[in-house]
Amino acid sequence: MQSALISDAVSKQRHSEKRRWTVISILLAVLAFSFVLDIATGPSLLNVKDVAKALLNLIGFPVEVDATTQVIVSSLRLPIAIMAIVVGGVLGVGGAEMQTLLNNSMASPYTLGMAAAAGFGAAMMLYFGSLGINTNIAVPLGAFICCMLAAAFLFALATMRHISSGQLILAGIALLFLFQSLLSLVQFVSSPELSQQILFWLFGSLSKASWSNLVIIISVTVICMFFLIRDAWKLTALRLGEERAKSLGVNITQLRLRTLIIVAVMTATVTSFVGIIGFVGIVAPNIAKMLVGEDQRFFLPLSFIIGAFLLSSASVLSKVIVPGALFPIGIVTAIIGVPFFFWLILGKRR
Amino acid sequence: MLTVNNLNVTLDTLVLANDMSFALEPGKVNVIIGPNGTGKSTLLKTLFGDIQAKSGVVSFENETLQRKQLSRWRKQFGYMPQDIRLDVELSVLEVVLLGQLNTLGFRLDDSVIEEALSALDKIGLLHLADRQVNKLSGGQCQMILFAQALMRKPKILMLDEPVSALDLHFQHVLLDHLDAQTKEQGWVTIMVLHDLNLAAQYADNLLVLKDGKLVANGHPSDILTPSLVKNVYNVNADITKDSAGIPFVRTIRNTRTTSSSKTSESNNLSGTRKKIISIAEGAI
Repeated sequence: MQSALISDAVSKQRHSEKRRWTVISILLAVLAFSFVLDIATGPSLLNVKDVAKALLNLIGFPVEVDATTQVIVSSLRLPIAIMAIVVGGVLGVGGAEMQTLLNNSMASPYTLGMAAAAGFGAAMMLYFGSLGINTNIAVPLGAFICCMLAAAFLFALATMRHISSGQLILAGIALLFLFQSLLSLVQFVSSPELSQQILFWLFGSLSKASWSNLVIIISVTVICMFFLIRDAWKLTALRLGEERAKSLGVNITQLRLRTLIIVAVMTATVTSFVGIIGFVGIVAPNIAKMLVGEDQRFFLPLSFIIGAFLLSSASVLSKVIVPGALFPIGIVTAIIGVPFFFWLILGKRR
Repeated sequence: MLTVNNLNVTLDTLVLANDMSFALEPGKVNVIIGPNGTGKSTLLKTLFGDIQAKSGVVSFENETLQRKQLSRWRKQFGYMPQDIRLDVELSVLEVVLLGQLNTLGFRLDDSVIEEALSALDKIGLLHLADRQVNKLSGGQCQMILFAQALMRKPKILMLDEPVSALDLHFQHVLLDHLDAQTKEQGWVTIMVLHDLNLAAQYADNLLVLKDGKLVANGHPSDILTPSLVKNVYNVNADITKDSAGIPFVRTIRNTRTTSSSKTSESNNLSGTRKKIISIAEGAI
């Protein structure tokens, strides 16, 4: 009798796992649709069917398609569409892990000052005329270095034994204010032209996507995701509270430091190439949590997919809001993100 | 055998373990009792290596607690901390499974799921397996965390107030199961309890702490006396023993002392003052 009840409970667990994989698959399909739509929209509106054909051509299934369409897809729009997916995914995962690490659903690399630090780094590079290096290399490099410096400060705090998650969040918020002020200072002392250049970088843009940038971003993302997935169960245990995770044999200081480094490297890399894109890091993990819970085996991939979908659809919106003009994507994500943020806060209150 | 020799622990200027020495045998339930803030939880955390002792030696089966080999030391432990809040979107089964953290793969084997379910079954909570833990009561969470600690298959099991949120039925379910498993598996079980009668019923060995000092150590029937209760808690108590020799502690309220002192104070008051007080009491 008892063994029948146990095998019934095992099949319930398997069913629950299957349900969560189904949710992930559905959202993956939605993401694929948004990806094709992202490629189709732009100054010359392409037919979704033609886009699909051009993509099939690219992955080795020869289908007849117009040569111009093929060039637009493969050379111009595909890198941007892939960039939207990878950057959105990284921001989603970055937020998910920050929220896990700090036990706070409002934490993300953005709210902890890492993005502001990257912005400051980019602004400094623009201010100093890229230090004689090519601007396309100097600005991302400056952003990356400053973002890692801000993260290093958080690492130093995280390695202290008696620093709580709450204190880490406060330190991150303090960093956010510090870098925002420094950024304003740089803009204040800059010429109007330079100030405008800085402002445009801060808005966030996928237009600088190129195959060479993508190789860097995708390689970093794949390596970081591998390490995060490897720690999936430990990160799940961390959600039970630090003391309890410790009691289960997790080395909290090591896990916290390792995860912070991974998130910082991922965030710094994507932010340095596309600028500041807020809210994806907060919104994506919260939706993922509602759909599949906090077992990181499901939570982590879904946070990536939802983040990717949000940025991909924001990319579509940024092109259709004002037909013929490209609306800065950082503005679009914030406009979508803010109402959701309020819904989240009010939902928690109920 | 878990041995503690000349253990001294201080937090800032507060002394939480003062030259403490004892040895705990496998297969026995050891219960720590003592007033609040006397160092019971600190002692557990020190044994677990979470708090660093100022001096002293803790050893188990020829291995000594050292900061450099903390993860190896902790592998022997199942530890159930005091905090029972589970504000997380995980199912009961997933929380119990985390007890086997180091052996879990990306895909879960049927055998490990069955083991977790069987741990839940033994404490009568199999029906909760697929429920979300953040929707459960504090007592249910406490039982689930107990199942999780058992999943670790520890050599030393430490529980900090494991029945604080449980009703009478589940207090006995948990403690009976703990007692049986301790004897069957040969664990060194150490738990902190506040209820002296539960401690007397379940302890094979009672450790009584006061101000960071071990003031008594032995079988409850040998050491639990009215004078010990008075000395440690500053509470008067009657202690009787049942047919099996297990002590039963009945504490005595101090209200009579209060009312008699009130009468004697009242006798010393002047007539006018008595009148004012009686008017005031009437008004109240």
